[in-house]
Amino acid sequence: MTPPADPLSPDAPLPNPLPRPEGEVEKLKEIWKTPFGWRFPTVVNNNWIGVLYVGTALLFFVLAGILALVMRLQLAVPGNAILDHETYNQFFTTHGTIMMFLFAVPAMEAMGVYLLPAMLAARDLPFPRLSAYAYWAYLIGGLFFFGSLFFGLAPNTGWYMYPPLTSKPYSPGINADFWLLGIGFIEISAIAGAIEIIVGILRNRAPGMTLARMPLFCWAMLVFAAMIVFAFPAIIWATILLELERAFDWPFFLPDRGGDPLLWQHLFWFFGHPEVYIIFLPAAGMVSMIIPTMARTPLVGYGLVAMALVATGFLSFGLWVHHMYTTGIPQLSLSFFSSASFAVTVPTGVQVFAWLATLAVGRRVTLNVPTLYMLGFLFIFVLGGLTGVMVAVVPFDWQAHDTYFIVAHLHYVLIGGMVFPLLGALYYWAPTAGRKLSDRLGRWSFWLLFGGINLTFFPMHLSGLRGMPRRVYTYPSGMGLEWPNLISSIGAFVAAVGVACVVVDLLRNFRMETGGGGGGNPWSAGTLEWLPNDTYAARSIPRVHGREPLWENPRLTEEVEQGRHFLPGTVTGRRETIVTSPVAAVPQYVQVIPGPSWAHVVAAAGTAGLFTMLTIQLVWLALAFGALAVLATLWWLWTGTDYGPLRDDAEIGGGLRVPVYLAGPDSTAWWAMIVLLLVDGTVFACLLFTHGFLWLVNPEGWPPPGTPLPHAVWPLFSAMGYTGSAVLLWLADRALGHGRAGVILPAVLLALPLLLLGFGADLWGYWSAGLRPTTHSFASSVYANLFWQGLHAAIVFVMALYLAARRLAGMVDPVRRVTFDCVRLFWLYAATQGLAGLVLTHLVPHALR
Amino acid sequence: MSAVGPGTGDRAWGDAQSVLEPLGPEAELIADLTWVLFIGGGIIFLATMLLLAVAIRGGDGPRRILGSRRFILWAGVAFPVVVLSALLVGTLRVSAALDNRPMGAEPLKIEVIGRQFWWEVRYPGTLPSGGIVTANEIHIPVGREVELRVSAGDVYHSLWIPTLHGKIDMVPGRTNTLRLRAARPGVVRGQCTEFCGAQHALMAFYVVAETPDGYERWLERHRLPAAEPVDEFLATGRKVFAAAGCGGCHAVRGTEWDARIGPDLTHVGSRLSLAAGTLDNHRGTLGGWIAGVQDLKPGANMPSYNAVLDGRELRAVSAWLESLR
Repeated sequence: MTPPADPLSPDAPLPNPLPRPEGEVEKLKEIWKTPFGWRFPTVVNNNWIGVLYVGTALLFFVLAGILALVMRLQLAVPGNAILDHETYNQFFTTHGTIMMFLFAVPAMEAMGVYLLPAMLAARDLPFPRLSAYAYWAYLIGGLFFFGSLFFGLAPNTGWYMYPPLTSKPYSPGINADFWLLGIGFIEISAIAGAIEIIVGILRNRAPGMTLARMPLFCWAMLVFAAMIVFAFPAIIWATILLELERAFDWPFFLPDRGGDPLLWQHLFWFFGHPEVYIIFLPAAGMVSMIIPTMARTPLVGYGLVAMALVATGFLSFGLWVHHMYTTGIPQLSLSFFSSASFAVTVPTGVQVFAWLATLAVGRRVTLNVPTLYMLGFLFIFVLGGLTGVMVAVVPFDWQAHDTYFIVAHLHYVLIGGMVFPLLGALYYWAPTAGRKLSDRLGRWSFWLLFGGINLTFFPMHLSGLRGMPRRVYTYPSGMGLEWPNLISSIGAFVAAVGVACVVVDLLRNFRMETGGGGGGNPWSAGTLEWLPNDTYAARSIPRVHGREPLWENPRLTEEVEQGRHFLPGTVTGRRETIVTSPVAAVPQYVQVIPGPSWAHVVAAAGTAGLFTMLTIQLVWLALAFGALAVLATLWWLWTGTDYGPLRDDAEIGGGLRVPVYLAGPDSTAWWAMIVLLLVDGTVFACLLFTHGFLWLVNPEGWPPPGTPLPHAVWPLFSAMGYTGSAVLLWLADRALGHGRAGVILPAVLLALPLLLLGFGADLWGYWSAGLRPTTHSFASSVYANLFWQGLHAAIVFVMALYLAARRLAGMVDPVRRVTFDCVRLFWLYAATQGLAGLVLTHLVPHALR
Repeated sequence: MSAVGPGTGDRAWGDAQSVLEPLGPEAELIADLTWVLFIGGGIIFLATMLLLAVAIRGGDGPRRILGSRRFILWAGVAFPVVVLSALLVGTLRVSAALDNRPMGAEPLKIEVIGRQFWWEVRYPGTLPSGGIVTANEIHIPVGREVELRVSAGDVYHSLWIPTLHGKIDMVPGRTNTLRLRAARPGVVRGQCTEFCGAQHALMAFYVVAETPDGYERWLERHRLPAAEPVDEFLATGRKVFAAAGCGGCHAVRGTEWDARIGPDLTHVGSRLSLAAGTLDNHRGTLGGWIAGVQDLKPGANMPSYNAVLDGRELRAVSAWLESLR
């Protein structure tokens, strides 16, 4: 397969010769055609999904912003009565929740979905239906969540949902369930997006775009997605525990039965602090793209900035306790987390000064709208960063914590660190879709926002230090809070006018010109998203030799448009994209990717229905929606994945012949499954942490004296079941490797009952011994493990039947085995996790006794 | 809803709740630290903005200096490492100073329990039967070490007296401690800073720092059981209290009522505020509060009594409560 000369070398001739065959472009256009009219929801192309995604995120930004305006009206003067306490409490909770979960994270995923394929010069990301599914689940779930406000049922206990205030005794209504279930499925959507982004960035880069040549936005999105993989499991697990406690009275957080409310804080902030950087890093990546373009020079310190992004990602997982300085944690731990919080300023400082250096090295920037937003970002973000150092100082935080000082700090960091870069990015990248936005409206929006934000939030530093706590619907006069609050309220309205300018500008001037080739390259940028762009991305996929290909080769645009680079047409007659190796970006195969479909839309609606019906306690309807979601997902998988080798190896240019199907560890499906299992394993790690934490806070014994425990025969049965099913799967894999496809069906049909037996024996052991999950946190923790195992057993059940059906339909064989591999990986994981759960709940207590 | 909250009427005390106006040495240490952080942070901020201005509009020479990897490493790595290391050492010293101050006499131990949406304050060992129990007001002697042992009666609360110290959370199932001292007499305000439900905003209290003698006098008076009614009207008030079932939730020491669901009312007439810092405390506000709890503080765990008590009963019971000094 190795061609004679390296076709990726800059000295090699261009991969494809002129003239191009007749009708090549027309064929591409036909295959990548966007479905319009009533079929529009079936659209999967990243350009469209990305734009819908960004638009929806901005919609939620505006909605949550309106809530903030009403709250600022209420707080404009002391003792005001525009909002009653209940409405105010619902407003501040939904404001925070929407801004974090329905605006910031989705907006960044959205920008990733929109920009990444173009930046990587991929035709699309590897799993376009997954992105589309994530989008629809987010849209439906988000609207449902926001709608709860109109019925007075919105959550009212803060976006951080601390039990026991959120436990059933103190929050009997379904408001808290709206949060838990509403967010439950934003979590699913975020993880779907993260998988897509990680695999896309690592495997869909243009040939020759090594990791070291990758645009910094891609680095940032890679770290962003990896952080979602390791941070979101904590909140997934926490919401599962709290919902189990609320629905079935399993005491995880209630101290009278061995629970501990601090457990929630640890899990929540283990997610919650990385979340802040999850929001900031992609924005930093955008800045690292925009500033070099405006200064017409490559970023100074590319390597340093890439390292800084990765370092921030790592460090952010060691900071969560700095949200808990006042909970009575020992001074020594506090000092550790305080120094870790100091340390994270270093990578941020590196980035700030790299941007400054770039501005200094390049030509003097003209103050166009994206540049203004970059400068505004630097001003606001640096100020917020410095107050961040202040609150990392433990004794100062004892005073500032949960006051308006923190409100000021977090808005400086998040608005400075995320909203300004995002708005700058909208103005910067809008031409890739159609045309430039208005310079005039852009300037107005910038100055109004810059002034308004500072006017709103700067006085809050003072109101906080003068004694104003957060989350109060009113405050007394006479404490020196009148002026700061009035100024904040005026500032909020000034900023709102600025946002209105952006909205008007987008509505008037944003255009999707599919097929029109975009709005050119108005800023003379150097990266690939500025190539003429259609739904299939670039006409041919460029060979990349550096970080700013368009600057290095001024003829690149022309060459790409002529179809002289890789894969100028289609080799299978379907949508396809080149999959490259993760580090060196050498083409490995051409992956066929699915086109428009209703399957994932129905799956998203089913998922949304499942969660929303559960929230309003219509259990049967919820189950029906759940079944619909499962069926639709299977339909989607059946029609949209694992196509098998549609033809022999194909030449994509430069003498490179690559297969059009690949199974095994080099396939994107394998990578996606591994990422999913990382998520899954992290949830299980949180489960282990929960068990260990509750054990530590129950010094009278774990399990407590008198707890009924099962006979040893049950866990033994269980272990045999798990092990047996894993061994069978392993044998089946070996047999398939030797070309014996006939073994799949018997192996699966034997291994499935064994796995179910493994789960059932453990469950029955505890239940028959008389242990009930409501009695004590030990019991609830044991049953939480069983709940999680049961969920896996159910998923394996569906997977096994699906695999059997695919086999019967002749769609699984020794070559076409992606479906088998994915099922096998998940299955082996589930069995291993089952064994680990047995050790945790049976062996550890005995060993400790 | 009308404007609520103290600070609207005439009163002899202020509403000091500012970090920047410390009344005790702990808060003073933190206030000093605050100024250091503010000034240091301000200088760094201005310097960074100056560098930014040079980067975009400066002369060629200065821009050349800024535009290098070396500059990134100096400004982005070396400088923060040095400054933050110094800051870390400094703050650890402040933390240590707050933690290990030399103790004089045995600290005065006071228990504070946060409840939706008020504060129960206990002085263990001040009575043979246990201790004085009061609400929404902490009396401490000036100069003496005070150890607040805080816990939660229901959900999370957080006790914050910014003029004396930082805040400490009241965690359900745990007890936390906070040691503080008042350097001079004064009345300062504190407030709940962990969102605790509907009326989190109206959950304040006062700390009264008195001279040791004054504190002893206060203690002496509060050791006494509730005062007997001295006239017919007050006796009627006591009867109304009994008939309306108030004793089902409230304790009045020296009577048959000893429930611990609501605040102890043995000396309620002597307190500065009503409803956890929401209202001034006198006969009129007492009557208004009893009649209209759910209008003044909707969601509080006490019902409004306007439908239960008529005007005369209301006046009588308020007068009696006011007489419990």
